[in-house]
Amino acid sequence: MVAVAVVASRDLFSAAMLFAIYSLLSAALFVVLDAGDVALTEAAVGAGISTILVLAVLALAKRYEHPVKALNLPALAVVTVTGACLFWAVSDLPDFGAADNPVQTHVAPYYVNETYNDMGIPNMVAAVLASYRSIDTFGEVIVIFTAGLGVFALLSVPPKRRRRRSREDDQ
Amino acid sequence: MRSNGILRIVARFLIPLIMLFALYVQFHGEYSPGGGFQAGVIFASAWILFVLIYGLEAGLAVIPERTMFVLSACGALLYAFIGLLGVALGGRFLDFSVLLDDPQSAQQAGIILVELGVGITVATVVMLIFTMFVKRRAELDRDDHREGLD
Repeated sequence: MVAVAVVASRDLFSAAMLFAIYSLLSAALFVVLDAGDVALTEAAVGAGISTILVLAVLALAKRYEHPVKALNLPALAVVTVTGACLFWAVSDLPDFGAADNPVQTHVAPYYVNETYNDMGIPNMVAAVLASYRSIDTFGEVIVIFTAGLGVFALLSVPPKRRRRRSREDDQ
Repeated sequence: MRSNGILRIVARFLIPLIMLFALYVQFHGEYSPGGGFQAGVIFASAWILFVLIYGLEAGLAVIPERTMFVLSACGALLYAFIGLLGVALGGRFLDFSVLLDDPQSAQQAGIILVELGVGITVATVVMLIFTMFVKRRAELDRDDHREGLD
């Protein structure tokens, strides 16, 4: 419901706020599912920093979205078909939390049984993230660093368009 | 917002607590939910709150933009360095168990150091992105002001 409100809202400021609420609700959902690490990330990144950054961007842009009236039929068709396929695929998924899921039988038993022997730490998520799957995490860090560089590269250039306009005004 | 007393006092009370919580999330990550990513974001949010209350100039006096840049690279390099240290000591890339004599404590040391690198990079990159946006806003305001003068 909150997600629908985000999409429907033309006021970008309230959309940003609603999106923060949406993130907080997902964080609560992750807590219910016992995924403390993911919940903490969702609350800190989704509800916290993303909202702040979106608001910082809103300070640069206009507050209201341009209303688009035209109905894009091909887009609607693509979305409907994709959504239908995904719902159809859901019926093929194994039961949620069943003991014989591929998720539970592949590498998870090794992590659950051996993490403490290998590392002596109780948080399996930290062990998987930083040690067993360390190269993935290294890639993530590089991605974040690159994102910072990208934003710097885009925004360190002075706003030329405006300058030119004000120069034309001078002439 | 400099003049708002309530905000200033609440922020003065909250900022150290947020930073402390970030350090807890960072270094307690092996025992409780948390780790470098979350800790970095929480730490950066403390700084952003400081900027919102005291202004960007005061924030950049605490940590200049150049320092953010250097630190964000250092975090990623720390991660890579720990990985290569494992190679140098005869293991595989990012194999921590060869770092110390005892594989268990070696793994823990590796995880802590690597998470520290993650935390430093995440915190400084978030601060950097926020700084860039705020500075762009200030530039636009300056341009508007100049246009108004013309």
